[in-house]
Amino acid sequence: MPARLPLLAAAAVTLLGLTGCAADDGPSGDTPALTVESSATECTVSADEAPAGTIRFTVHNAGDQVTEFYLLGDDKLRIVGEVENIGPGLSRDLVVQLQAGTYYTTCKPGMQGDGVGTAPFTVTPSTAAAPDLSADTAAQVESANTAYAAYVTEEVEQLVEGTARFAAAYTAGDDEAARDLYAPTRIHWERIETVAESFGDLDPRLDAREADLAEGEAWTGWHAIEKDLWAGNAGADFERYSADQRAELARQLVADTATLQGKAEGLSFTLAQQANGAIGLLDEVAGSKISGEEEFWSHTDLSDFQGNIDGARVLYQGLREIVVAKEPALAEQLDAEFAAVQALLEAQRAGDGFTPYTGLTPAEVKAFSDQVNALGEPLNRLTSVVVG
Amino acid sequence: MAEPSEATDAAQAPRGLSRRGLLGLAGAGLAGLGVGVAGDRAALAATAAATGTKAAGAYAFYGTHQAGIVTPAQDRLHFAAFDMSPGSSRDDLIELLKDWTVASAAMTAGRDIGDFGAAGGPYDAPPEDTGEALGLPASGLTITVGFGPTLFQATDGTDRFGLAHNRPAELTTLPHFPGDLLEEARSGGDLCIQACANDPQVAVHAIRNLSRIAFGRAAIRWSQLGFGRTSSTSTSQATARNLFGFKDGTANVMAEEPGAAAEHVWVQPGEGPAWLAGGSYLVARRIRMTIETWDRSILSEQEAVIGRTKGEGAPLSGGTEFTEPDFALAGRSGPLIGPHAHMRLAHPDQNHGIRLLRRGYNFVDGNDELGRLAAGLFFISFQRSPEQFITVQQNLAGHDALNEYIRHVGSALFAVPPGVRPGSFLGAPLFAP
Repeated sequence: MPARLPLLAAAAVTLLGLTGCAADDGPSGDTPALTVESSATECTVSADEAPAGTIRFTVHNAGDQVTEFYLLGDDKLRIVGEVENIGPGLSRDLVVQLQAGTYYTTCKPGMQGDGVGTAPFTVTPSTAAAPDLSADTAAQVESANTAYAAYVTEEVEQLVEGTARFAAAYTAGDDEAARDLYAPTRIHWERIETVAESFGDLDPRLDAREADLAEGEAWTGWHAIEKDLWAGNAGADFERYSADQRAELARQLVADTATLQGKAEGLSFTLAQQANGAIGLLDEVAGSKISGEEEFWSHTDLSDFQGNIDGARVLYQGLREIVVAKEPALAEQLDAEFAAVQALLEAQRAGDGFTPYTGLTPAEVKAFSDQVNALGEPLNRLTSVVVG
Repeated sequence: MAEPSEATDAAQAPRGLSRRGLLGLAGAGLAGLGVGVAGDRAALAATAAATGTKAAGAYAFYGTHQAGIVTPAQDRLHFAAFDMSPGSSRDDLIELLKDWTVASAAMTAGRDIGDFGAAGGPYDAPPEDTGEALGLPASGLTITVGFGPTLFQATDGTDRFGLAHNRPAELTTLPHFPGDLLEEARSGGDLCIQACANDPQVAVHAIRNLSRIAFGRAAIRWSQLGFGRTSSTSTSQATARNLFGFKDGTANVMAEEPGAAAEHVWVQPGEGPAWLAGGSYLVARRIRMTIETWDRSILSEQEAVIGRTKGEGAPLSGGTEFTEPDFALAGRSGPLIGPHAHMRLAHPDQNHGIRLLRRGYNFVDGNDELGRLAAGLFFISFQRSPEQFITVQQNLAGHDALNEYIRHVGSALFAVPPGVRPGSFLGAPLFAP
């Protein structure tokens, strides 16, 4: 099911580059606060200069079209920071860390054209100026991105390979082999679920549950096959699929997975996307794994749970050094909570997989749920901390 | 006379104070010292005077005693019992109580929690406050925290938080009473929070945010919504009715009775461990009513079971609601107030003068699998010693005619620490070296 935060969706405040924006850190403190009035023809900034450091622009849309505010570099092209999607009458903040230099401010009512009211904006030298991201941090960001892109590629490769074997066994009518391959293959999907969900209708075609479908909608993907493989749990009314139906479902599964591989090739991820990806994966756990809804017939939910946690932990590990530098207590807390959730999962290992969801006691399910909440509260602060 | 809001002005933390910056409160809260019951009364008087605007009233969070006990019973309840998380430490518990203190002081004053509240924070972070109380007044919100027996010593005997030596001897699981059908999942708990307000959304907002703050340190074990108060704790309030349709709590301990709270509600210095002086004991009982059966019993039986008239609430021995019952007054076949009448068995005269401060709420949690309303009374009482409740309940459980129509399905006992001094936190004396 789609996460609250599909990984590649644009955030309200888009963060560009490594020296770009700081997160909105609230109205308190010494941050110089500037106001911007964006109308159909004007883009009036309350001051045309500010000392270097963290600067907040509160952009008010006084026009009747959706507007955007851009802070551009001295070439009037490079985007240093932007706020998009400001509806008429609304205010949105852009908080940026700026070095001394010349910049340009401009508004884009209607979200098109070259912008109106473009004006120079001077940032004067200041002792309060925050240092630019160090070369170390920049390297950390770059290596996190490279490492995550490689992880996605690797997981998709394993998914493609496992799906081929699973589809072959299912088509051949070797149900036992297909059942054995089901959870170990799907875990590769679950590890990168928030990436996979970014590609339009691929997610519903591969991962829709029966309850997600509209009346009369065709059902394809993993869960359609799951119901057939665990027909014994599907109720007396369920008719097993014909050999032709099986072959078609298997063919489609392989083809859609190949499409996914093509789209996942060469992706690049911003800091915010990586942090939001970790958050999104945990939301997946909290939403459908903790309740046993995801694997309604096979009850292999804990394997999916492990996959989501694996993916979230990989994303967090990539960002961890940045978190340690900015808010060590958060890193400490996240380390402890990830370890605690893993300990609960380890206690449910059975053979190559996990205890079926239906084999968990209510107390065990509650322990998982409590621990997902315990991890989720600090993890949901990750984005604001790493981009802040 | 003070306006209700003034009672809390002194306790307002400056905006922007960190959730963890608790000790910074000391200066700001100075004027709140010694508010205690007096503060409650001032607010109470103002609330009573300002009929129609009572939802706007705010009660002081800081004081000698916790609010929400002798405070005039608000209309709505959200009560939650928590268990500390496996592996949590004494420091986790202390931090949790500090965080709860700061958030409770903000919410009872009608403010959002956190530095930025519900709508002022970073776009890339979840809002600190959940936001459903934005724009709503304090609504008389009180937050009252208690400590269960298992906080001091787990059921397996372990002393998780180094508190076993501080456990009051009386703080144990309540004894089994005849007829108890207790459900484990609705009973007990390491900690409890009673949130009462005149707006249900404000009460729910309080529990929601306090449980969110607790994630990773404590989790809700059970919780209960109550939609109508069944007791009056002040002579300024009309006596409310329970779901049997009868007035309840006529002979309650009232805030205006001189000395009554000290005698019946507050643990006095020298009784038990020092940290509990100025505190109380909270008994919570989820009492399911079989109201369908009750509703088809004839009026004379209903009145005989309760011992009062249904309309006025007068004792069957005569007079009006507040007339003292005459338990000896006989009719043609025995006393007018029968030997098994609920009011007789619960009355102080039949219980060695014991009184409880009752603060219960009606609940209807949808329906059961048979289509019967899952209705009842969420009984809450505060007392100086659990022995008071045990004595009365033993009397009731053995003989009360009302037992035909009720089932006790949940039970818990908590020690309620005294009020919080500005700059300190809930239960701080318990952790003093």
